[in-house]
Amino acid sequence: MQTKKTVSLQNSFSRLFSTFVYIFLYAPIAIVILFSFNTSRRNIIFEGFTFSWYGEMIQNSSLLQSFVNTLIVASASTAIAVVIGTLTAVAMFRYRFKVKGAIDALLYIPVVIPEIVLGISLLASFAIANVPLGRISLIIAHATFSIPFVVFTVRARLSGYDRSIEEAAMDLGANRIQVLTGITIPIIAPGIISGAILAFTLSIDDFIISFFTTGASSITFPLKIMESVRSGIRPDVYALSSIIMLITLIVVIISQLSAYKNAKKSGK
Amino acid sequence: MFNSPAFRKKTVPLFAMISPVTAWLVLLIAAPLVYILIISFCTTNESHNIVFHFTLRNYARLFDPTILGIYTNSLIVAVLTTVVCILIAYPFGYIMASTSPFKKTLMMIFLMLPFWTNSLIRLYSWRVLLGKNGYINDFLIYIGLIDAPIEMMFTRGAVILGMVYTLLPFMVLPVYTVIDKLDNSLIEASKDLGAGFWQTFRNITLPLTVPGIFAGSIMVFIPALGYFFVSDLMGGGNNQIIGNVISRQFKEAYNWPFGAALSIMLIVITLICVKLYTRSGGKLDELGTV
Repeated sequence: MQTKKTVSLQNSFSRLFSTFVYIFLYAPIAIVILFSFNTSRRNIIFEGFTFSWYGEMIQNSSLLQSFVNTLIVASASTAIAVVIGTLTAVAMFRYRFKVKGAIDALLYIPVVIPEIVLGISLLASFAIANVPLGRISLIIAHATFSIPFVVFTVRARLSGYDRSIEEAAMDLGANRIQVLTGITIPIIAPGIISGAILAFTLSIDDFIISFFTTGASSITFPLKIMESVRSGIRPDVYALSSIIMLITLIVVIISQLSAYKNAKKSGK
Repeated sequence: MFNSPAFRKKTVPLFAMISPVTAWLVLLIAAPLVYILIISFCTTNESHNIVFHFTLRNYARLFDPTILGIYTNSLIVAVLTTVVCILIAYPFGYIMASTSPFKKTLMMIFLMLPFWTNSLIRLYSWRVLLGKNGYINDFLIYIGLIDAPIEMMFTRGAVILGMVYTLLPFMVLPVYTVIDKLDNSLIEASKDLGAGFWQTFRNITLPLTVPGIFAGSIMVFIPALGYFFVSDLMGGGNNQIIGNVISRQFKEAYNWPFGAALSIMLIVITLICVKLYTRSGGKLDELGTV
């Protein structure tokens, strides 16, 4: 009896505790959604319900432009990080070479050092190399912090990789490129995809490194938000954020459902 | 030599695969950091240009009372953020690890989902909750806990709340991973031998999950020293952290050498933390895969 009581006490504590954690995480998000429908322009009290900010958002070209720019930068930097990161992970898995330890150490730097240090050191280097601050410098900066994450996720996937499959393909007459595109890449694809998702997410949400490595010609969505904090964020920014959230939610649900179905299929 | 089969078989593909990353890491990580180290010993002229003239003045300025005050504030914020994150993430990770696989996935998805929304906008909306006319003040007055609204925004507490809010998953993930991997037979053995929940927790669970707490602490403590936007949004200029001072030197005061010296200090703090972490048996891999 005693143990049953403690177990049920533990269960109700667990429930209460996780509920509080989720309230903490979701309260600001509820505010974002609620205030995107607010008739008041100032985000202090909810006054009344309106859809008009969603219309204003479409009219706000600088806001939409910043969002499109964010997507362009995220796509380009992710593409660079995926190519370089995958090649690195495969090479480090397959070969032993002299500078391997040095590359490994350098890869950990962007993960461990504070983002602000990476941001200012890139800014200083762009300055001496005369690289103008804009979209190109921003893409380079984002690729720099994304590469290690792609290397790590692909490497994690490779740790269970049986190289005899590659050797079998070579014995059957496949050349190096065929082995790479026909065997290695399909096997490590889940690692590449999760690395790409991580890189893309990091890039879209990045504020600190973008703050130092771009110019007025290439403003991203997070920078746009920070810029509008001084004058007070208008509800149309909330409207755009709510739409982005909705899209994310749909994508996550679809991907999880398909993962669940696949797991079920392979389970049978 | 260049026609040898070994060269064609290994050296050529290896070179093709690792030269992009080598060039990238050397030019965009190693060289910039070396450059920051160099300019931290330089001065500037009247037009804010860097003059390559050796000086230790930038480092001496770190002991300026204002700067020391900001360092102290920043360390207090970072330590408290780490402690609060542990206090939330440990029970949460424990709860998550002890539910069914389906619930685990669900809990994980709903933990990560908020982080797909821009962190600045989520931080900004705390103003609506914490402000003087905010919902939390309304609620506290309604239940009679306070008579007049209290100022919660733009305080150190608000900065810590913002840091915890932004960095919590980085603590939950490593802590959850170690608790989930824990060998259940050890806990059952301890219970069979008559130990209660707390005794088992103190002697078995906690010591075995300390590595996860260490990994999470590194991933929370170090960013908490540099996330200047959290202090901008939640502290409103009153509660500056090291990141604010560095950012100002590069974007407003144009004193890059001093900003570089501050950054070098931040790197030194980071290296000390990482060294302590690896000394205590932590693996760098566990920091990168989260």
